[in-house]
Amino acid sequence: MTPSVIELTITAEDRRVAWLATAAVGLSLVDAAIPSPLPGIKPGLANIVTLVVLTRYGWGTAVWVSTLRVLAGSLLLGYFLAPGFFLSLTGTTLSLLTLGLARHLPARWFGPVSLSILAAFAHIGGQLLLARLWLIPHDGVFLLTPLFAAAALVFGTINGLIAAKLLAEPVPSESA
Amino acid sequence: MPWLALIRPGDWLIIVLSLLAVGSSIPVFWQGGLADRAIIRQEGRVFAEIDLKARKQFEISGPLGTTLIAVEPGRARIVADPSPRQYCVRQGWLMRPGEIAICAPNRVSLQIAGRTKVYDSISY
Repeated sequence: MTPSVIELTITAEDRRVAWLATAAVGLSLVDAAIPSPLPGIKPGLANIVTLVVLTRYGWGTAVWVSTLRVLAGSLLLGYFLAPGFFLSLTGTTLSLLTLGLARHLPARWFGPVSLSILAAFAHIGGQLLLARLWLIPHDGVFLLTPLFAAAALVFGTINGLIAAKLLAEPVPSESA
Repeated sequence: MPWLALIRPGDWLIIVLSLLAVGSSIPVFWQGGLADRAIIRQEGRVFAEIDLKARKQFEISGPLGTTLIAVEPGRARIVADPSPRQYCVRQGWLMRPGEIAICAPNRVSLQIAGRTKVYDSISY
C-alpha cells in the first residue's frame, strides 16, 4: 500500500469538537422524535450543548460544534440541502452571532438562561426572515410569530436551565 | 429550589423583557385583531357597512331572490341564499378580518373588516 502523503494531525481540540458535535447530533435526533404541534416549534435540545461549549471552550468551538451538528443532523434525518436545512442553518448562524455578542454580558448578572433565550429568539427570527424572503414570500408567515416567540421563550428558558445545571457541575475529565 | 438558584438576576430581567416582547407581538402580528365591521355588497357596490356590535338581520335582493344575512357581535354569516351550490351559506360564521363569503349567482357578498386592511392569499 502506498503510504499516504497527506498527514492529518488530529489535535485534542479536534477530538473534543467531534465528541461534542456527536452529543449535539444525538440531541437533534431526540428533538426530531418529539412530536410537535406546529412545524417550526421544537425544543432545540442540541442548543444545550452549544451553550455548554460556548461557556467552557469559547465561541470558536461553539461555531464548529453547531455547524457540524446542522450538517450531520440533516444528513441523518434526510433533509440535507432541503428547505429545512437552510432554515436550520440560518437560525443557527443568527443565534451563534447573537451568542457571540451576548457572551460579553457580565456573567455575574447574566447566565446561560439569558444566553439561551436570546439565542432562541435569534434562531426563530432568522428562520422567519428566511421563510418570508424565500419559501413563502407573503406576510402571512408572520401570523405565527407570537406562537413561535412564545415557544422560543419557553424552550429557551428550559434549555438555559439545563445548560446552567450542567455547567454548575465539575468539568468531566477528558481521558475518555 | 435548586433550579431557581440557577437563574441570575439579569436572567430574570431578560425573561420579563421577553415576556413583554411576546405579549406585545400579539397585537402587532395578529393585526386587524378583532373583526369590527361587516361590509355587504350588492352587484359590486357597497350595500351596507355594519358595526359588528348589535344583533341584526339583513335581506338583500338579487337576480335570483333574497339573500339573508345575520350579524352578531363579532361575527356575521349568510343564513340563506338562493344560489344553487350554497357555497357562501356553507362558509358559516365569518369572524376574522379579511374573511369573505361571496354568493356569486345572487351577486351578494359579505366581508369582515378590522381596523386595518388585510389581504388574503387571493389578492396576492
